[in-house]
Amino acid sequence: MTSSDRESVSRVKSEEKKRRGGWFRQEFGNPERRMAYYMVLPALIIIVAIAFFPIAYSVLLSVTDSTITGFGSFVGLENYIEMFKNPDFLDGLKNTLIFTVASVTLEFIIGLGIALAINRAFRGRGLVRAAVLVPWAFPTVISAVMWRLMFQDQIGIIDEAAKAIGLISNPILSSNTLMLIGATLVDVWKTTPFMALLLLAGLQTIPGEVYEAARVDGANVTQRFFRITLPLLKSTILVAVLFRTLDAYRVYDLFWVMSGQQLESLSTFVFKSVRISQLLFPQGNAAAVFIFVTAFLIALIFIKVFGMQTGTEE
Amino acid sequence: MASATTTTTTKGATGRSSRNLVLFYIFLVLFVLVSLFPLLWVFRMSITTKSDLLASPLVTLTAPPTSTSYNTVFGNPDFIKALRNSVIVAGTTTVICLFFGAICAYAIARLRFRFKSSIMTLILAISFFPAVAIIAPLFIQFTAVGIINTYWAMIIPDTVFALPLTIWILVAFFKELPRDLEEAAKVDGATTLQAFRKVIVPLAAPGVFTTAILTFIFAWNEFLFANTFIFDAAHYPVTVVIPNFATVYTIDYGSQAAGAVVVTIPLVILVLIFQRRIVSGLTAGAVKG
Repeated sequence: MTSSDRESVSRVKSEEKKRRGGWFRQEFGNPERRMAYYMVLPALIIIVAIAFFPIAYSVLLSVTDSTITGFGSFVGLENYIEMFKNPDFLDGLKNTLIFTVASVTLEFIIGLGIALAINRAFRGRGLVRAAVLVPWAFPTVISAVMWRLMFQDQIGIIDEAAKAIGLISNPILSSNTLMLIGATLVDVWKTTPFMALLLLAGLQTIPGEVYEAARVDGANVTQRFFRITLPLLKSTILVAVLFRTLDAYRVYDLFWVMSGQQLESLSTFVFKSVRISQLLFPQGNAAAVFIFVTAFLIALIFIKVFGMQTGTEE
Repeated sequence: MASATTTTTTKGATGRSSRNLVLFYIFLVLFVLVSLFPLLWVFRMSITTKSDLLASPLVTLTAPPTSTSYNTVFGNPDFIKALRNSVIVAGTTTVICLFFGAICAYAIARLRFRFKSSIMTLILAISFFPAVAIIAPLFIQFTAVGIINTYWAMIIPDTVFALPLTIWILVAFFKELPRDLEEAAKVDGATTLQAFRKVIVPLAAPGVFTTAILTFIFAWNEFLFANTFIFDAAHYPVTVVIPNFATVYTIDYGSQAAGAVVVTIPLVILVLIFQRRIVSGLTAGAVKG
């Protein structure tokens, strides 16, 4: 764009502004709109001050050799390089990725199955709904404690049962692989019901006539599922899966408590680095920024690639 | 499984053959059992003596019940204090969230202004936000302000991460309320705020109440911030104290189980009483949004 272009554009814009009084005046000149901003502002200020401002601070900490007590000097990307060389970080990254993909996939498939199965009127609906909500309402740390008790060597029912049928030979809590599998199953147990509820709510918005028409046209069950149910459920699925993916990606409570602080995830790495170890503080901040940026990219992929709707306007 | 969809759309469960109905109920019973099994089993563990627990899971199943473990945890002053701390933190968080959340949600649901969908996206972004990414800066700032190791070190970040949930659900509830009543109030000379306070708030009470339950559960369950910003046992919430039981009561698994059961009971009761409302609250934000 040449400078004369820019001038003419800005002239057009300013003329338009004069004509409409500018969006600022238009928005704040109207008492109802002004009121709306005053009402939205407090919540926004809280969110920006306590969540977005610290992220900027984290980025700053991650490029300096700071400690928890004081600012250090600028070191460029050194912390990030060190972080990627740290086997604990790589272990946490690997575990987090496996956990996220495995748990969300299982939750989606089982959740969709359950939603389809209970999408009908039946006796005892309230009981099922309550049973579904109970695991969801538990604090994650408490379910981690409960499952740890069941995974416990000698006294744990699951550990004993798995040994009895020859599934495992060593105690679950002695192996990182088994604990990762265990954590995945605990997460599936805890959040599949929630996934099923969201998908069920989505299913209930699909009008029955659509299926009726398809049946009249001779579509069979599989065709109806892939041509009607899945496409019409797409936006609900995207919201539910994105929600679960980002939730699984920041897993902390479950790993920390269920494995007795043994199993590493990205979040436990950050926690250990910034809160427990003095030496790893800069790397911990680099990992914090890493989690934030990658989580943001995941969300972006869902929105751009899968065409997820984020707007709230009708 | 896909066949179930078609039944709903036609005649519901009544038109199906009884064999399918039986299968369906077997599926339901299995599903409910799997959901509730850990709670039931851990409850069973909590009323079993130490020696029976250590014998084997089979012995645990049939052992005579005992209340020893409950006496142990209720005799532990740290546990009682932790329950109180959790109630204070979750309660305060809920009140603050509802206050700011309701005002913000009303404006979004009812008033016309620019940037509305950008603001909603920003708010939604917070619920996707990895909380662990900001614990270091918050630790430094809370230390500087002098609120580290106090209830506020939990309440403030809990509020920020619960607010999106609160706002999102309240927007869905407020949108469902009839517009005419407020318009009438405004015609009668009420201001926006008066219309909100006198008309919307009482009408929206059930929705607000549901939101309060969900916000409370969210704050009650929070662990990361409490584990990061609190290192004085007097301020620990239950979510920090219960995992610590593993080291406090090393092989007294019964007491660990009892602690876990006590913490979940209020939640189980809340869920049983308000399950219908909770489901409508949770799905309102996700599906209609």
